[in-house]
Amino acid sequence: MKRELLKYSIFAVCVLLAPLAFLDSYLLNVLVFVGIHTMLAVALNLLLGYAGQISLGHAAFFGLGAYLSGVLTTTYGWNPWFTMLVAAIVVGGLAFMIGFPILKLKGHYLAMATLGLGIIIFIVFNEWVEVTSGPSGFSGIPNLQLGQLIFDSDLKNYYLVWCFVLGCVLLSVNLANSRIGRALRAIHDAEVAARVVGVNARLLKVQIFALSAMISAIAGSLYAHVMTFIAPPSFGFNISVELLTMVVIGGLGSIYGSFLGALLLTLLPEFLRFMHDYDIVFYGGLLMVMTIFMPGGLVQGIPDLFRKLVGLRKGKGDSHA
Amino acid sequence: MELGTQLLQYLLSGLSTGAIYALIGIGFSIIYNATGIINFAQGEFVMLGGMLTLFLLSVLQLPLWIAIPLAVLLAALVGLLFERLAIRPLRKASPISLVIITIGGAILIRGLAMLIWGKDTHSLPSFTGDEPIMLAGATLLPQHLWIFGITVVLIGLNKWFFSHTISGKAMRACSYNPRAAGLVGIDVRRMVLLSFVISAAMGALAGIIVAPLTMTAYDVGIMLGLKGFCAAIIGGMSSGLSTVIGGLVLGVLESLGAGLISSGYKDAIAFVILLLILFLRPQGLFGKPESERV
Repeated sequence: MKRELLKYSIFAVCVLLAPLAFLDSYLLNVLVFVGIHTMLAVALNLLLGYAGQISLGHAAFFGLGAYLSGVLTTTYGWNPWFTMLVAAIVVGGLAFMIGFPILKLKGHYLAMATLGLGIIIFIVFNEWVEVTSGPSGFSGIPNLQLGQLIFDSDLKNYYLVWCFVLGCVLLSVNLANSRIGRALRAIHDAEVAARVVGVNARLLKVQIFALSAMISAIAGSLYAHVMTFIAPPSFGFNISVELLTMVVIGGLGSIYGSFLGALLLTLLPEFLRFMHDYDIVFYGGLLMVMTIFMPGGLVQGIPDLFRKLVGLRKGKGDSHA
Repeated sequence: MELGTQLLQYLLSGLSTGAIYALIGIGFSIIYNATGIINFAQGEFVMLGGMLTLFLLSVLQLPLWIAIPLAVLLAALVGLLFERLAIRPLRKASPISLVIITIGGAILIRGLAMLIWGKDTHSLPSFTGDEPIMLAGATLLPQHLWIFGITVVLIGLNKWFFSHTISGKAMRACSYNPRAAGLVGIDVRRMVLLSFVISAAMGALAGIIVAPLTMTAYDVGIMLGLKGFCAAIIGGMSSGLSTVIGGLVLGVLESLGAGLISSGYKDAIAFVILLLILFLRPQGLFGKPESERV
């Protein structure tokens, strides 16, 4: 437990001090999005890495949060913080209700069902033009405000978003090391065995699905207020796949791995601007290579690789590896 | 147009898209039955069919009757490579890794298609002209007839292959019990490979015959693939007639929905049906429930 606390403290200090290194630079803006992606990846990882349930529709929950916040604050003048809470509860409730039938499905069927759900919601964003403004996007969303402090610069947004990320990471790390986390891992490894020893697998899966959707919705609200403009392509199937890639690259079941995955996949396209159209090929290739050669993600794969290299250099070349 | 003719028109166009969904759905089922994998890259083979034919026609200037079989062959080759490079290295993997690897493969194929052929939407010439045929007030294009004809032939061939050839029977044996099939001397890995090749070829052909009607682009595979999967789910993942019926039902419902309710929500219809069937009758409309062994 002490190690977890140490890890978390180091992470938190790094996060809080990072702007000192990149003050007033474009990178700070990118880091705001790294934060939002980290929240989403951690949320998906709770479901995928811990409970072993895949979702290819998480971008839709992200989008629902963004659109609820955007539309209710802009069109109807609701208080943004209150709306964020409402969005989280509404999306969480929706996921909870749909969770019961959808999480009865397993493996490939679950993947397809969540994918279908994501696409239906995406179609609604596009077609319900009176409310969402359709494909041209919804603009004029106000920035968040705390007393006199208006979150309108990159630096302020950085601290806003990363405070949420730190909260979300703390929650997830705690959850993972609690009774619930162990029960989830039991479901992951052998659902029937878990049920036999008294884990209410069905309810637990639905609860974690709802929690994951809630975190995604909050990330969506933050995104809407930071960007002040939202459009359907930010919440489509490709984004769901991108989130999946982040989780897989970082390592299933590793919270800090999800951060690493989010960091990598958000920064890389910025540095590889010349790759513009190639990024989709890159994601596809990366997903395949990682699944084949590093099924544990970077968090496990890099130490393994290191150990192997050291082993080779010593000339031991352990035969069973 | 009066309502009766209108309905007939929707029915005809629904049946022709439904036939395409059925072919794609059978492709899903063949792989699923041989391996237990839902191949998320199935739609990309459909896209490859259309785009490869277009490439062979316009760049290499081949005549249509050479370009089509060649495109099907090339797509089958991609299917073969896909199985060898992505699926085989992972044979004992968890369903989640298999989902992820086929999604990765789908994105890779789609991305490469975009790099090679660009983002534009293209149309393929109809096989035999565009002179419409009038049928009780509704119009039918010659291409519709090609779609119906080729679908019927393919389904017949499929049926013949699985019940009258050694390879087909061996593949069926693998789908019932791969271990027992291996024990009686069937090369299970080869059957898995064969299932990918056949599905890729069928998907590609579906993509070719539909391209003159609906246009083709690097990203048509996602939607077509998902609709095909929906057809297969309605049919209970069988590679026979029930998936065909599933495809036709889906096609007709979609075309009626687009015509009578809203064309914008047309694509949502398939997914609502997909979710309803998965929730209420996961064994398909015609199947019997299976009990799961643990």
